[in-house]
Amino acid sequence: MNAVWSYLLAFAVWPGLLLAAPLGWLELWFMRKLVARLQGRRGPPVFQPFFDFMKLLGKRTVIPRGVNRGIFLALPLVSLGAVTAALAIVPLPGNPAPSLPGDVVLLLYLMEVPVLCEVLAGYVSRSIYGQVAAMREALLSLAYNLPFLAAIIAMAQEAGSFQMSALQAAPYSLVHPLAALTFLLALPARMKLNPFSIANAEHEIVADSHIEYSGPPLALFKLSHAVEVVLLTELFAVVFLPATPWPLLNLLVYLVAGIAVLGGVTLLATTTARLRLAQAFRFYWVWGGVASAVTMAATLVR
Amino acid sequence: MNLIERVVAISRRRSPWICRLNAGSCNGCDIEITPLLSPRYDAEQLGIELHGTPKHADIVLISGTLTLRSRQAILDIYDQVPSPKAVVALGSCPLSGNVFAGSPLVLGQSLDSLVPVDVWVPGCPPRPQAILDGIARAASLLEEGATRSQMESLLEGGQGRPS
Repeated sequence: MNAVWSYLLAFAVWPGLLLAAPLGWLELWFMRKLVARLQGRRGPPVFQPFFDFMKLLGKRTVIPRGVNRGIFLALPLVSLGAVTAALAIVPLPGNPAPSLPGDVVLLLYLMEVPVLCEVLAGYVSRSIYGQVAAMREALLSLAYNLPFLAAIIAMAQEAGSFQMSALQAAPYSLVHPLAALTFLLALPARMKLNPFSIANAEHEIVADSHIEYSGPPLALFKLSHAVEVVLLTELFAVVFLPATPWPLLNLLVYLVAGIAVLGGVTLLATTTARLRLAQAFRFYWVWGGVASAVTMAATLVR
Repeated sequence: MNLIERVVAISRRRSPWICRLNAGSCNGCDIEITPLLSPRYDAEQLGIELHGTPKHADIVLISGTLTLRSRQAILDIYDQVPSPKAVVALGSCPLSGNVFAGSPLVLGQSLDSLVPVDVWVPGCPPRPQAILDGIARAASLLEEGATRSQMESLLEGGQGRPS
């Protein structure tokens, strides 16, 4: 099997769309159910994210007057494509795609594309609420990317290579827990969860930057978010957890770790209220900066 | 009806997203919507989500007597909801004007003359159970393709499935 087919297989089946979408829906359901149980409610049934997706596929799309139709419809597709391509790079067990030198850089770039799409989606919508959400999203991404990028780059420095498989196989050291904590610091903001849900604050700015989206494009944005949740949790598991020689055990460990991370992040989201943008910004530049500096320093002392 | 259409139809019943519109209400009906989302009634177990924007909604809950100033807003917001959609009228006011009937500031007509209403939830204010039941009935109508806007588009299109 040549390389192109294995990349296509990785993009379309595993760890790409066909299997990541149900996994993402399951993880989203887990988060919603956990929030409901913590609030003393019953919570949605297990197929709820799937039903939401299918219902949105069957609805009509309303395109606001004066909005560029091509860009409006392309943004969710680009977002979903980029996040799936990023997931296809992650060396999960059974991933058929061969590892490239420097694919960490590609991964980090592809992970910024959905954020960019959300910002553009807010700006092209001609809605004031959408534009406020886009501005908040853009500013917040400047803040949370500091610890996020520092954690991954510190791991690359530790492994001595910008290759995902090298990061995965790096021998366990002091940098791992420090970088993992720095990564976890950035995770709630990347997932737009509660203390940092500033860009999708539904009580202040009605909805997030998808306010003017409806029907299938909105469904694709929701699917893109589901795949992004899988990507972030599995990236955490692959990079920061020690790999065992048995692929099936690895897969199990990664899935359990992903669920555990989601549980922790959801617990934080349920117990906290939303910060203001300036507070979140200061938090990431002060504490995220300290964590990044400590992590980078730990890669140097050896 | 093929398999995918069947799944989409079931999803319409299982995931009704609501958007509420206060057309001049005294807040009595609106305050009864809040308990739906709280632990006691928990509408999320039926897949009901409250959305701020009409573009994400399937079901519009309209409460309150219809005032002269809210008439155009009702029409605008109804038009922004992507079809298929359903309208649920909350309380006595949208039908008759209730105690506000005869005031020079309210329209002397029923909500039905502005937008096609699918479910009337009577009461002043209606109980939360009644509102939940109204939303569930509207969601079932959406599944069957039997809301009034779906039937109208079916008649206009002549044939084919309601969209």
